[in-house]
Amino acid sequence: MTTANDALHAPSHDHAHEEHHVSFVQRWFYATNHKDIGTLYLWFAFSMFITGGIMALCIRAELFQPGLQFWQPDFFNQLTTLHGVIMVFGAIMPAFTGLANWMLPLMIGAPDMAFARMNNWSFWLLPPAAALLMISFFVPGGAAAGGWTLYPPLSIQAGMGMDLAIFAIHLLGLSSIMGSINIVTTVLNIRAPGMTMLKMPLFGWTMLITAYLLIAVAPVLAGAVTMLLTDRHFDTHFFKAVGGGDPVLFQHIFWFFGHPEVYIMALPAFGIVSQIIPTFARKPLFGYVSMVYATCSIAILSFMVWGHHMFAVGMPASTQLFFMFLTMLIAVPTGVKVFNWIATMWQGSMTFETPMLFSIGFVCLFTVGGFSGLILAIAPVDTQMQDTYYVVAHFHYVLVAGALFSLFGATYYWLPKWTGYMYHEGRGQFHFWWSMIWFNVTFFPMHFLGLAGMPRRIPDYNMQFTDFNAMATVGAFCFGLGQIFFLFNVIHTIRGGVGKAPASPWEGANTLEWEVASPAPHHTWETPPSLEIVEKGLKAQGLLGDHHE
Amino acid sequence: MRRLALALMLPAIAKAGEMNFPPAQSAIAHEITNLHTLLMWVILVIFLLVFGVMFYAILKHRKSLGHAAKPFHENTTVEILWTVIPALILIAMAWPAARVVIAQKDTRDSEITIKATGYQWFWGYKYLDHGVDFKSRLTTNRNQIEEYKGKGSPKGEHYLLEVDEPLVVPVGKKIRILTTSNDVIHSWAMPAFGVKQDAIPGFIRDTWFKAENTGTFRGQCSELCGKDHGFMPVVVKVVTDKEFQDWVGKKQAEAKAASDDPNKKWTKDELIARGRSVYEGNCFACHKADGKGSGPYPSLVGSKIVLGPIADHLGMVLKGKNAMPAWSALSDTEIAAVVTYERNSFGNTVGDALFPADVKAARK
Repeated sequence: MTTANDALHAPSHDHAHEEHHVSFVQRWFYATNHKDIGTLYLWFAFSMFITGGIMALCIRAELFQPGLQFWQPDFFNQLTTLHGVIMVFGAIMPAFTGLANWMLPLMIGAPDMAFARMNNWSFWLLPPAAALLMISFFVPGGAAAGGWTLYPPLSIQAGMGMDLAIFAIHLLGLSSIMGSINIVTTVLNIRAPGMTMLKMPLFGWTMLITAYLLIAVAPVLAGAVTMLLTDRHFDTHFFKAVGGGDPVLFQHIFWFFGHPEVYIMALPAFGIVSQIIPTFARKPLFGYVSMVYATCSIAILSFMVWGHHMFAVGMPASTQLFFMFLTMLIAVPTGVKVFNWIATMWQGSMTFETPMLFSIGFVCLFTVGGFSGLILAIAPVDTQMQDTYYVVAHFHYVLVAGALFSLFGATYYWLPKWTGYMYHEGRGQFHFWWSMIWFNVTFFPMHFLGLAGMPRRIPDYNMQFTDFNAMATVGAFCFGLGQIFFLFNVIHTIRGGVGKAPASPWEGANTLEWEVASPAPHHTWETPPSLEIVEKGLKAQGLLGDHHE
Repeated sequence: MRRLALALMLPAIAKAGEMNFPPAQSAIAHEITNLHTLLMWVILVIFLLVFGVMFYAILKHRKSLGHAAKPFHENTTVEILWTVIPALILIAMAWPAARVVIAQKDTRDSEITIKATGYQWFWGYKYLDHGVDFKSRLTTNRNQIEEYKGKGSPKGEHYLLEVDEPLVVPVGKKIRILTTSNDVIHSWAMPAFGVKQDAIPGFIRDTWFKAENTGTFRGQCSELCGKDHGFMPVVVKVVTDKEFQDWVGKKQAEAKAASDDPNKKWTKDELIARGRSVYEGNCFACHKADGKGSGPYPSLVGSKIVLGPIADHLGMVLKGKNAMPAWSALSDTEIAAVVTYERNSFGNTVGDALFPADVKAARK
């Protein structure tokens, strides 16, 4: 395209196709465009999802029947550890950051993220971190095998795979902090005129609060693993009892990071679902303001409940009661959110395209995960459940049916905006139902395994656990297979899908990203959206007029 | 294929006992089970109400049925109600739970105190009131476990949940368990009694139970503790008071007879013979029967440590390094014997011997 043509297009937002002027290397390796970086994040996250998923299948294969068939126990522990680390830090978190990069500027009417070059940096820290984790399988002693929680003194015993994991965590933490600073600055400073904080799409709110959580806790994790590193090599004895250290101190520090981390992986999902459900119910989100308050209360409470991961370490009754009561309290704002989503659907005019199916699936299964979370919050009952498969079932309901399903929903929801083409609806729905069924076949039986007393992180088990384990393994392999189908769906859409997508393919969508063309041009909102456009959308979202601020 | 077919028709064959807690055997375990049942009922009711509303909306308020959206999006009254009502339900649930927490934590007035020490990977028990002391190791044969080439031998009913020496306690007495660890964090778990307590190196924690019935009850270590985490069961045998007294008497006599006399003069050959049994009891799992090790566990054959100065070899056994735990819990004689055995077996021919007195000196 010539400069003359560009000049002709000047009044519109369409400064597309600048990529024609830059080489592949310049566009992708030196990327400063929020959409390109978003794309990089999403592909990285997907490749890590597949990597972590293959590890999960290796774990499930070993657990198909009693006895050791495939792996030595030590390698089994490496698999469980790296599966956890990779899924949390490599798949779920980067996927949300990628979505934020792609969609936040579009949704709040900003031309790009606030710090475009730092954005490039924060992405390019991820691949080396992933490489370190993968290399660690091949060093003497193998990869870290102490569980994703890296509890000392076990993690102090480990070989150099643990050092590589610690360095990888440093890099991943650095990347998250930079990504978060970018999100906070963007959301606070470059919203469209007329879009006050309480008129911002809920996805913006949840990403903002998530970013604050990350800025608060990523350094805590970095500190904990650095202390671990010095304990390993410089005899600092922070956590070594032989030198006067306290192994439980690590657990306190780790879970002070670890519990907010759980919400770092859940809040963005709440945001996505709060965009999708109103769209397909053709109704404004019910209780926007209480959604914002609920999100904030969950975030604040998440800092005060870490002790519920440690009910078995032997804390006094008073401390157990403190953590138990506060943990139970989280059910209140979480309940408010679920009630709001249901009230949004109530008296709507619902259709059930794939993003909506994933969102309803999210609400159903996340609620199940919430219920099992409530059971686990009750300290005496937790005595039976701690470190059993019940916990594994619980957090997979929250993280797979929660975070992952919301990511699938988001992908189908915004694919037309990303690619300019519509995905194949039937295939999308097939992907949903397939995932939904096999997810439950995989993880529901784990509740029973946990109740019956099967510890987690064991490579072999007594015969009484055989049937449910076999069932879970069959479910896991089918679930995994379905995700290849997802990849196929996405590639099919990129290559043209079932036809061109209009700027706004969804009847009930009212946020700003649907005002720009599909695919979203390389540069958008170079001039901020006019007050008129912004207010039209806000009105349709019920955020103007009778809305209480 | 058979396993696959089995998995798919599972709901029909699963036994009820495998879908809930193991049958409760103590007052606390009963309370926990009741608490869990109560919670399940509360959850079930909430679930049906909330999902009933949602699925009604999903079925009736569809565009395909011509339902038009009513764009309401706020209602202060319902928003307050659905914040306050769940909070009240939670308070109602917190009350009975708090009572159980306080009872569970009350370890006062116990009648027998037993120290349970976690080792990589077995349990050591010490009856503080009776001077009885033993280790409790998995007895499941490795042939049953390792099936890499598809030729494992048949597994028994208590596969992986059987030990050589279970913890023996009298029925109806308040037993206080002190937990600690020799190396990494383990967790002493016995679901039938509603007990799970981490065993933490350098610290002592406690918990308690009072068994209601005689019988044998089984649990497992419940904190990831390294490669054999899955292979350290907890087995408790509850007996009558009379049987317990007999058992204690027998153990005390046995201990006296079996203890290595500290003044005994050992010869090299005696040490090697004794060392073989120490090796099989402790070192075998990692370094294997032929001493060649596996994976990250180094071979002892021609090892620099084994062929090098005997003091370094002893230091490694006493202090450990990386994946090798410290074995200081073994007696002086046991350490002397196993070091001597390793230096003169598997083709190693160093020819020297370590004596219990040397170990005693090295410990200082």
